Amino acid sequence: MLKIRNLEAGYGKLRVLKRISMHVDPGEIVTIIGANGAGKTTLLHTIAGLVRPSEGEVFFIDQNLNKTAPERIVALGCSLVPEGRQVFSTLSVRENLILGGYVNSKKDKSLQGKELDKIFDLFPVLKEREKQLAGTLSGGEQQMLAMGRALMAKPSLVMMDEPSTGLAPLIVKDIFKVILKLREAGNTVLLVEQNAKAALGIADRGYVLETGKIIVQGPAEDLLLNKDVQRAYLGREIED
Amino acid sequence: MTIELFLQYLFAGITYGSLYAIVAIGFNIIYNTTGIINFAQGEFVMLGGMIAVTLINFVPLPIAIFLAVILTMIIGALIEMIFIRWLESPSVLRMIIITIGLSIIIREVALHVWDESVRSLPYFVGNEISSVTILGTNISPQVLWVVGVCSLMVVALSLFFKFTSLGREMRACAANRRAAILCGINAKNMVTLSFVLSAGIGALAGCVMSPITYTQYDMGPGLAIKGFTVAILGGLGNSFAAVAAGLLLGIIEAFSISVVPLAFQDAIAITILLIILFIRPHGLFGSSEAAGLKEF
Repeated sequence: MLKIRNLEAGYGKLRVLKRISMHVDPGEIVTIIGANGAGKTTLLHTIAGLVRPSEGEVFFIDQNLNKTAPERIVALGCSLVPEGRQVFSTLSVRENLILGGYVNSKKDKSLQGKELDKIFDLFPVLKEREKQLAGTLSGGEQQMLAMGRALMAKPSLVMMDEPSTGLAPLIVKDIFKVILKLREAGNTVLLVEQNAKAALGIADRGYVLETGKIIVQGPAEDLLLNKDVQRAYLGREIED
Repeated sequence: MTIELFLQYLFAGITYGSLYAIVAIGFNIIYNTTGIINFAQGEFVMLGGMIAVTLINFVPLPIAIFLAVILTMIIGALIEMIFIRWLESPSVLRMIIITIGLSIIIREVALHVWDESVRSLPYFVGNEISSVTILGTNISPQVLWVVGVCSLMVVALSLFFKFTSLGREMRACAANRRAAILCGINAKNMVTLSFVLSAGIGALAGCVMSPITYTQYDMGPGLAIKGFTVAILGGLGNSFAAVAAGLLLGIIEAFSISVVPLAFQDAIAITILLIILFIRPHGLFGSSEAAGLKEF
């Protein structure tokens, strides 16, 4: 579904991503873990078209995205839930969701109501807050709204940038449950997380990103048992 | 001051205030989608009036005004597409200098096309001396046209932003441009649209005002300063506050004539602008918190 080959990208002269190759298959939850500044967000932004690759290729369903405009990439079915929610705070919850379905509303208006109901099923709290301004929601509710908004576009691949940041553990649990539900519904998820343990707990496969390079990759269970990963990201001391 | 004189001043203030409010709303629409102040906003008002004055030689008044508004909208779109669209994340200062440059260019072109004489559209109904009586005072029917058309524009704009999907998409761009792009919205088209909209309302205001204020190639900068004062006074980006602030400035200016010489009238707006920038830069109705997040 998503295939990245020897990708290099950065800001101006600063090279953030160094020869990254990875792929995501349909129906998978794939996670990218790594410390602050490892390049996780830049990688997602490059896939979404917000940052342009200087070398290498990004393929999404056999289509080269290197020069595709970000709004076209959304229309192709690849949505990003950005870091820090980024909801439209001066618009109502309902308006936020409708805007999320923008790419489909051009084709078929009647889909809108059906999709809204689906999102409200997934996040009942958004239904209660429907008329409220998005800026007045709590952090967890805003995260749900940001996810709901991305899902309104009916993407075949959802990318999530640190959905757990700044949320209470109980709410993180809820959010991760929803991600599992999404997979059950046939969605494909690319999850970027600092919370490595939680992310690897629900993912099928994972990549570990360090200073712009992928240093370890494999099935999530293997990464959970990998000694280097455990020491660096899971906060566990290894007894020799 | 007699009641009658008081009302005369009041109506004059409301008339000019409506124009200032429309210019300020034009500022706000573009500010909301791009974060810049388009200092060529006053030129849209001038173009609207000038084009209508020219067209009236060939077509009836309503059609001339309609065409003037459409043509100014097209000019607004072209300006955005030629000078703004291709800039990749330009700095605020650069954008301001571009719009100031644009206002000079438009003025010079207007000078060559129309020369420096003062023109005006005919009164929409009646003539210079016809009047209607309201609350015992006589005012020109054109005043009612100005106030009516300007209020209609404000209502139509707020309905547009609130209830149409295009308006919603523009608000989304204003609230969070990157998130709007991530929803699949073409933010650059929204910026073009914001230039089209503010060119359109500016041109329409320029037409209804023309019989009262007259139209001249260099009327833009004066209006831009008044409109900018009003936009700041109300709080940048807030259109309803712009209406209140516009009426306030218009009325203050009108009443000032009874206290200070007429020549000082323009100084009043600038004095208010300076005072506001010193003591309440977020405007009368804006919150200081929101202002802290703005780029300027």
